[in-house]
Amino acid sequence: MEKHLIELFNLIAIIAIVCFPFLKIKGRGILTLVVITVQVIIGSLIAFSVFSNGLIDYSYSGSFITGLIPIRVDYLSAWFILVISFTFLTGAWYGLQYMKKYIDQTSNVTMHAVAFILVYTALIDICIIQNGIVFLVIWEIMAISSFIIIIFEHNKPETLKAGINFLIQSHICIVFLTIAFMWIKVKTGSFDFQSITAYTSANPAIVGFGLFICFFFGFAIKAGFVPFHTWLPLAHPAAPAHISGIMSGVIIKIGIYGILRVLLLIKTDMITIGYFVLFISVITGVYGVMLAIVQHNLKKLLAYHSIENIGIIGIGIGLGCLGVGYNNQILMVSGFGGALLHVLNHSLFKSLLFYSAGNIYQAVHTMKIEAMGGLLKRMPRSAYLFLIGSLAICGLPPFNGFVSEFFIFNGLFNGILTNHFLFILFILFTILGLVVIGGLALICFTKAFGIVFLGTPREPLGDDLIAERPLKMVPLYIIALAIVFIGIFPVLFSPVLLKTIQLYQPVINLQSNIQIASLLESITTIGLYSLGFIALTVILFFVRHLIVSKRNTCTDVTWGCGYTGDASKMQYTASSFIRSYRKLAEPILQIKKGKVNSTGIFPQQMNQVTHPYDKVESWFIDKPLFYLKRLLNRFVFLQNGNIQYYILYGFIFISLTIIVPIIIEKISILINFLNHL
Amino acid sequence: MVSFLLILFASLFFMGFVLRTKSIASGRKGPGILQPMKDIIRLWKKGSVFSKTTSFIFQIAPTAYFTSVIMAILMIPHGSHPGLISFEMDFVMFAYILAFGKFFMIISALDTGSSFEGMGASREALFSMLVEPAFFILMGSFALFTGHTSFHSIFTTLHYGSQISYMLGALATFVFIMIAMIENSRMPVDDPKTHLELTMIHEVMVLDNSGFDFGVIMYTTNLKFAMYGAIISNFFIGVLPLEYSIPLFFIIQLGFAIAVGAIESFMARFRMGHNPQFIFILTSVALLIFFGVLLVLGKFV
Repeated sequence: MEKHLIELFNLIAIIAIVCFPFLKIKGRGILTLVVITVQVIIGSLIAFSVFSNGLIDYSYSGSFITGLIPIRVDYLSAWFILVISFTFLTGAWYGLQYMKKYIDQTSNVTMHAVAFILVYTALIDICIIQNGIVFLVIWEIMAISSFIIIIFEHNKPETLKAGINFLIQSHICIVFLTIAFMWIKVKTGSFDFQSITAYTSANPAIVGFGLFICFFFGFAIKAGFVPFHTWLPLAHPAAPAHISGIMSGVIIKIGIYGILRVLLLIKTDMITIGYFVLFISVITGVYGVMLAIVQHNLKKLLAYHSIENIGIIGIGIGLGCLGVGYNNQILMVSGFGGALLHVLNHSLFKSLLFYSAGNIYQAVHTMKIEAMGGLLKRMPRSAYLFLIGSLAICGLPPFNGFVSEFFIFNGLFNGILTNHFLFILFILFTILGLVVIGGLALICFTKAFGIVFLGTPREPLGDDLIAERPLKMVPLYIIALAIVFIGIFPVLFSPVLLKTIQLYQPVINLQSNIQIASLLESITTIGLYSLGFIALTVILFFVRHLIVSKRNTCTDVTWGCGYTGDASKMQYTASSFIRSYRKLAEPILQIKKGKVNSTGIFPQQMNQVTHPYDKVESWFIDKPLFYLKRLLNRFVFLQNGNIQYYILYGFIFISLTIIVPIIIEKISILINFLNHL
Repeated sequence: MVSFLLILFASLFFMGFVLRTKSIASGRKGPGILQPMKDIIRLWKKGSVFSKTTSFIFQIAPTAYFTSVIMAILMIPHGSHPGLISFEMDFVMFAYILAFGKFFMIISALDTGSSFEGMGASREALFSMLVEPAFFILMGSFALFTGHTSFHSIFTTLHYGSQISYMLGALATFVFIMIAMIENSRMPVDDPKTHLELTMIHEVMVLDNSGFDFGVIMYTTNLKFAMYGAIISNFFIGVLPLEYSIPLFFIIQLGFAIAVGAIESFMARFRMGHNPQFIFILTSVALLIFFGVLLVLGKFV
């Protein structure tokens, strides 16, 4: 039954793409939505059947290249299938409305729709296939179709540049994965994922760790761990809003899936891996949010926040590994549970934020935070939805972000009670990191929400009234509901999470652990507490409303210390709001500043610009590229534009491939001959 | 329940004692103990003026701020009597729920589109971010020291054994008083009495609030002071029976109020640029406490 569902899932995508040429542009849009919806239903059916009936495990015979192709859907796959499907459903719905503006670019939109279906199908297939080479092929399909959906506005040069950056980095990721899979293939002769387990358990821990590093680097590029994150802040602003939401919500999460999957397969010293992942994740989280604050492009700000949230997820994974290594169940459940739940939570609030940002973009045609202001009055629905997203991403109760951070904090404070000094030091470092992340996120989102939606416009903005059509807002409402729902009833997710985490510790039954029971009790209390908080706020606000409406109230201009003219130019701006933070963080960040001061008796126009740049990018990408270019420039004479030369190069290459082996063979014969003398 | 009522009761008088201390220190007789509360009630009876620029955010923010503090107070225990809501890791919830209120106050300041209030908002956001690590490390040290992870279980099992642990207790009290001062934007980080917008933090955020809402904000400050006083009192109450612990609670609140008054009378406000350094010191003191606890427990290798 499930086998047919999986086949049907892929078949629908193929049939839909074949049908595309025979439809009008509107029909293509609707077909995309219908196909994605049907696929989401099938995907969810598969996931639910896994959670209720247990694992799906069967294989196709494959060809002589691939060997047996096993299809295994376990709880981890099912969890990711559900997360990916939900975001793609809302993304397709919102995207259909978003794309109506571009309906005259027929071929461009069609290509976009095709790639969109392909990305979704590939992502789900990645979650279920356990054969190295087929995995790589599907990964490649996913990477290329992601590239196509990112460069939708490819007439803009910066979009194309960001897209190509993404494409190159995706392939560096594939190189790492290929090396890892080849390593296994050479050593065991099989592409089956289970041979990884067999190989690493038969070899010393260092081999397993090396293999893990290979996989980790590959998946970390996709997920956006520092220092592999540099494609992310470029690609997100370039893509259309629904793609940014999907990319940040789920495409980068496939990297997290990869890491979690590999952790399940590799049998090695989990403690070293745990410290390694924890260290990188804390750096990722803090660095991501530190840079997010200084960004003045709304989508870029959100993109850096994805890096921060990947850091939080990574902290959870690191803790979970340490829990497995030290055989500490509560640490394991808190860590992996927090990570898995944060994958879901982040996909919800980040897609909500990106979709609202898309509404803003279509209304005012810019993403410059400095130009905006007072948008709450113009687009109230997007504003309040953005507010919910902001509160959730800051990890504030009563929303879902808090629940997953609570899981991780629970792990951290329970970790303090252990007896390993090094471990306690790491925990201390992580607590510091996580708290700083939370505080900085608060600065960042008070800035983003406050400057964009409140006050008055700082520059004259375009006015496009179609931005807030009710149909376009429906997916956003659904996401907001889910955010509040998880915030209030987090405990409903615990059976699913426990089942998934049980994969990492098949021996001991997690349900019977006392500490875990107390964690679940806390989670239940948190939900009720959040509900109480909402109720109390509503009641008190109602009381306040009754009281204030009895008193005489009036409206007037904002207090301006005697100045009564137009103060919109004198408002606090995004850069002035974060100035004191920037001063503190300046040694760590790289901020280019330009300043023209006023001089003389009759001052001319003066200005000041700050332009944040990514220090890691300049170290790891720009500098090496610069030296590489300098080296390669020496060989520029080879590329002289004459077709004759290129044919010659080809000829030389072919001759060498034929002659070199022959020569080597002759030499070995000669050596053999000499040995016999 | 006990602690909730006690904190509500203490909040009525707290600011009065602070003001009286300050008056005596400056050689004046000073207003009555209930005067600050009377001022707040007077504000509650007044009408309000709202800025044309503001939106619904500005209306709901004071209520959200007040509710967040009330919800935080619900978690504070009183010696062996747990708070109304008590669960494992409730201090994480405590910090985050207070942050929720702060979030709303900050965006309500930005809602006015003022050229001053953003300044206060920006400083409040930065300073409360900087102070958060100190709180978490301190709670981490307590968790490490007692082996428990909720307000109630930590405070009921807190015993001072050796001399070094008394020193740690004193340091923790110092850090908590300073956290309370920063969270309430008082000296030495901020001076609520200067009426120069450039040097204020909290006061400049609420320039446009008036009438009932302003009264709510003022009262919330009192509540917050009493709340931190209650946490500090818990360091010392332990498992004493109620007839001893309630007087001790009020003595500690009184001591805390006098300390606040004394700090405000005899210290100058720091230069705004030096505040982050001062707040970092709190984090390092908290780290010192943490390592001290490791030393006491013999986990230091």
